[in-house]
Amino acid sequence: MKPFGYVRAGSAEEAADAYASHPGARYLGGGTNLVDLMKLGVEQPATLVDVSRLPLDSVEELPDGGLRIGATVRNSDLAAHPLVRDRYPVLSQALLAGASGQLRNIATTGGNLLQRTRCPYFQDTGKPCNKREPGSGCGARDGVHRDHAVLGHSPQCIATHPSDMAVALSALDARVELYGTDGERSVPAAEFHRLPGDHPERDTEIRPGELITAVVLPAAAAGLPSLYRKARDRASYAFALASVAAVLHTGDGVVQHAGIAFGALAHRPWRARRAEAALLGAAPTAAAFEHAVDLELAAAQPLRDNAYKVRLARNLALDVLTRLAPPANT
Amino acid sequence: MDSDVARGTSASPDSHHSDVTLRVNGKPHTLTVDHRSVLLDVLREDLDLIGAKKGCDHGQCGACTVLVDGRRANSCLLPAVALDGGDITTVEGLSGDGEELHPLQRAFLDRDAFQCGYCTPGQICSALGAVAEAAAGHPSHVTDPAAPSGQPVPLGGDEIRERLSGNLCRCGAYPHIVEAVRDVIS
Repeated sequence: MKPFGYVRAGSAEEAADAYASHPGARYLGGGTNLVDLMKLGVEQPATLVDVSRLPLDSVEELPDGGLRIGATVRNSDLAAHPLVRDRYPVLSQALLAGASGQLRNIATTGGNLLQRTRCPYFQDTGKPCNKREPGSGCGARDGVHRDHAVLGHSPQCIATHPSDMAVALSALDARVELYGTDGERSVPAAEFHRLPGDHPERDTEIRPGELITAVVLPAAAAGLPSLYRKARDRASYAFALASVAAVLHTGDGVVQHAGIAFGALAHRPWRARRAEAALLGAAPTAAAFEHAVDLELAAAQPLRDNAYKVRLARNLALDVLTRLAPPANT
Repeated sequence: MDSDVARGTSASPDSHHSDVTLRVNGKPHTLTVDHRSVLLDVLREDLDLIGAKKGCDHGQCGACTVLVDGRRANSCLLPAVALDGGDITTVEGLSGDGEELHPLQRAFLDRDAFQCGYCTPGQICSALGAVAEAAAGHPSHVTDPAAPSGQPVPLGGDEIRERLSGNLCRCGAYPHIVEAVRDVIS
């Protein structure tokens, strides 16, 4: 690992200023992914701007009934928070389905969103990877890609986003609040992560030097039935092969609200807009669920060794939707 | 204690070293660390506390688990410079001043909860953290989502296995580890 400088920021403003005045800087939250990537030589920051002690470590109830989650709230604390568990269970479940107890104690809300893909070619500096080194090629496309994307990939990159939490935030219509030297802005969580296209080196819409300050959960999703289900190679402590987060509200015999997102299928949490549109106003029957999910997954373009993901995601989604719909209607 | 160190501000942020004060097993240590040093390195190389082990060095095996401000954490992923002022407990600190083993250490011996012992310090620190988390009402992946928020979570075998999944044991002592943890809870 190359030597680097270290600055501890006391405020978001101080952090953004420090980032701007230190070329090659990276923000340090919990560090569970960044420090790992530094050990691997994938990240070589000249300076770490430590934002882990910013006063952004609380979960606040908003006047409209939503929640603002500070960027430095640890994953374990967020998953255990009574308001999250009671009103947004899908978020708590997604967090608890990821990593290990000790990693969740370290990892932050902001850092979870900004974690990088676990594609082994990205993590190995001896291999070609357009995400790590634009223009070097993609080793995974014709290599080991059983865990890779089936939706929205590009010739340049077939990596998936590894976060469970982000899948729940997408389905919940959360927003990501950002602070930079140009001021504050807010981006829908479902649009925060990008598809790779010709620029797989850019994971998200964040601008250089911008800092995540909070994630806001909307009042509209509070208390609605929601569920997260994840399939992985072992029962615990593994990244998803496919996962589903869903928020489903039925009333008067029809679907009134549907927020569905798939994890581990694409370069970002895959918001299932087509499936949602098909379900809105429809009776929540097995046939309607199958129709909606198939409509969404028709866009899948599996690679040589990962076609299993399409069926896996379909089964997960049907199971989750069936469990969320009141039994009387199914 | 140097006041600059206590405030945690580095006098020369462009340099590659900083002074930090860590309270380890109840004793304060002020030392100059290379920014590249993670807590595990400082414990083992600078403080001669070799209980926490370097297994994978990437946060995947849990052998380096210690308690930081009372919470279990992978010490291989924590830059020491970022922990200035932190309170660290390693396996060496569990028995206190006396010779008496911590009840969980005793239970690991009684239950034969290890073979080679390499993962054991991490298992024990992780289990202590996990028991405290459950008592504080933290749910796990296998906790019934309908369980009341904020209430202590009872730890059966499934809960213990899930909560300790971040600690690998290549000897496969898992069943005895679960029994040892059960002994301490009951």
